[in-house]
Amino acid sequence: MNERHASRHGQDFSIPARLLHWAMAVMIIAMLFIGAGMVATVSERHALLISIHKPLGIAILLLAIVRLGVRWRYPTPELPRHLPAWQRLAARLSHWLLYALMLAMPLIGWAMVSAAGYPVTLAPGITLPPLVPTSVTLYAALRFAHTWLALTLFALILLHLAAALYHAWMLRDDVFASMTSGTRRRGPGSE
Amino acid sequence: MSRQPPRPPRAIFRLAAIGLVIAILATAFAYVSGWLDPGWLTPDSLIDTLEADTGIHAGYRRNHAKGICVTGEFESNGQAAALSRASVFDPGRRVPVIGRLAIPGPDPNASDAMPPVRSFALLFRLPDNEQWRTAMNAMPVFSVSTPEAFREQLEASQPDPQTGKPDPDKLAAFFQAHPETKPFLAWAKTARRSSSYANIGYNSLNAFRFIDDDGNTHFVRWGVEPEAPFSPMTEAQKQDPDFLSQELRQRLADGPQRWHLIITVAEPGDPTDDATLAWPAERRRIDAGIVTVDSAQSQVDGPCRDINYDPLILPDGIEGSDDPILSARSAAYSESFNRRTREQAEAPNRHQEPQS
Ligand code: HEM
Ligand code: HEM
Ligand code: HEM
Repeated sequence: MNERHASRHGQDFSIPARLLHWAMAVMIIAMLFIGAGMVATVSERHALLISIHKPLGIAILLLAIVRLGVRWRYPTPELPRHLPAWQRLAARLSHWLLYALMLAMPLIGWAMVSAAGYPVTLAPGITLPPLVPTSVTLYAALRFAHTWLALTLFALILLHLAAALYHAWMLRDDVFASMTSGTRRRGPGSE
Repeated sequence: MSRQPPRPPRAIFRLAAIGLVIAILATAFAYVSGWLDPGWLTPDSLIDTLEADTGIHAGYRRNHAKGICVTGEFESNGQAAALSRASVFDPGRRVPVIGRLAIPGPDPNASDAMPPVRSFALLFRLPDNEQWRTAMNAMPVFSVSTPEAFREQLEASQPDPQTGKPDPDKLAAFFQAHPETKPFLAWAKTARRSSSYANIGYNSLNAFRFIDDDGNTHFVRWGVEPEAPFSPMTEAQKQDPDFLSQELRQRLADGPQRWHLIITVAEPGDPTDDATLAWPAERRRIDAGIVTVDSAQSQVDGPCRDINYDPLILPDGIEGSDDPILSARSAAYSESFNRRTREQAEAPNRHQEPQS
């Protein structure tokens, strides 16, 4: 096998990292659609979606913490060395930004609901304590941040997805497989 | 692995496929956000319709803009505990309340003599960070049963730029097209305006579900009934645009004001998704306890200012019904709250418009 691929040989994301990545990808994309949809309707969907949005958001927060632990515990594959330096840097930066946003979004949501003086109700009878004291100034800032960081996150996910598909369909290297079925099982050249 | 990158023209198709995936996701997002169809009834467009009446009054609620804060407590007598497991109904439970008495309409400078309706909103602060919020109107039924009809009503009642008054033809056409408004119109024709915020009753209008200890559901509506006897608005009061808040402060100087919290229980077949229809008068009514109001504060800096009386902020033991107005209120009140808190944050010391 040539050197290009050797750099990635046998290096996949750990199984827990892959499971978390895909479970959370579905949850986070669903959250963005639920959030955008619920503030755009006055129908009964509004009440239904908001009752999903809050517990799902808190679940994402918990999983994001577990995920950072998994990332620290297991090795992370390097990107192929033949990629231009700027692309590897962009990948690294965007991945950290994704981690930052998947933690920040639910924390801002929780803080924003607290600042408005609303009870942070996840389900009937399950109420979280307020994260910050009631304050309209704080609420206004957090409410603004919740919208704009959500749009930033969505844009970043679109870029991330485009890059992943570019690896899978255009470059046809191991980057995509390292997050899915793994590279080890792929073709004779890899063993 | 050792596959070679595709050569054109296949590369073109693959690139296009990537572009297509991204475009589909982005379009779906724009669609659920309501960006593709400007005619959608959104919380935004409902609040815009309310603002179109008398313009933007920065910092104020977009409806029921004129009002006064009150504080006090609720003491439960335990009678409703069999119907709802909410802790607020425990026998002997006493919880603080922050309330707001107001008149409907988006203009904070409206005259108190104008509208036939007054309103009472309450926030009950329960143990374990739970809250019960309710916003009630002094009327027996609501005018319409859907948010779409509500927007039509708002549009039909908008002041004509020429006369400054709603166009009677537009209003007549609206009521003609909406027969569900009949019970409301029948009431409005005979309704007598009260001389006080404290001598009338207020109703939730929308139905809710009470959940008891065993998880059974009971459909209810609630309201508060005053201890003070009704008396109509006087001729002198009609001349004073702020008589309601002044009268209330005088009353409170003489002593606390009380209302009984009355729960009306539906029977099978009673409409629970339509606030234009009253339930039969013989329905079981439970006196659940007493709301006592002992002081009033200006809404410019009082404790009710930063409260959104969203009718779907409910404790365990109370849930919304299938009435479509409830979800619409929750969505619209939140948008109104977003706008007024942003204005408040931008200019916290803004000298607000004249206030009661
Ligand atoms: C929508 C479909 C998605 C696809 C096809 C996809 C694909 C991938 C692939 C192939 C990798 C491995 C990149 C590498 O080798 O460095 C990766 C990494 C990553 N993905 Fe995704 N992803 C998707 C959605 C998401 C979403 C919604 C998020 C979170 C907001 C996300 C967060 C991440 C992060 C943080 C990494 C870096 C992992 C690390 O280095 O620890 N992904 N993704
Ligand atoms: C991954 C986490 C989250 C994402 C991606 C997310 C996304 C969104 C989006 C896109 C919106 C619509 C914003 C707009 O268009 O103005 C929204 C609104 C909202 N979010 Fe989140 N959210 C998250 C977590 C949370 C959490 C944990 C809470 C609360 C516990 C929360 C509470 C809210 C509320 C209350 C609104 C609507 C506020 C209103 O009516 O104005 N969010 N969210
Ligand atoms: C689709 C129908 C309705 C819409 C769009 C609507 C809209 C609004 C808005 C935007 C506010 C200001 C909220 C804030 O900024 O805090 C408000 C306040 C209020 N509404 Fe409604 N409303 C509707 C139906 C009702 C009904 C059925 C009732 C009767 C119980 C009601 C009673 C009240 C009361 C009492 C307030 C004042 C709350 C306070 O004092 O803060 N509304 N409404």
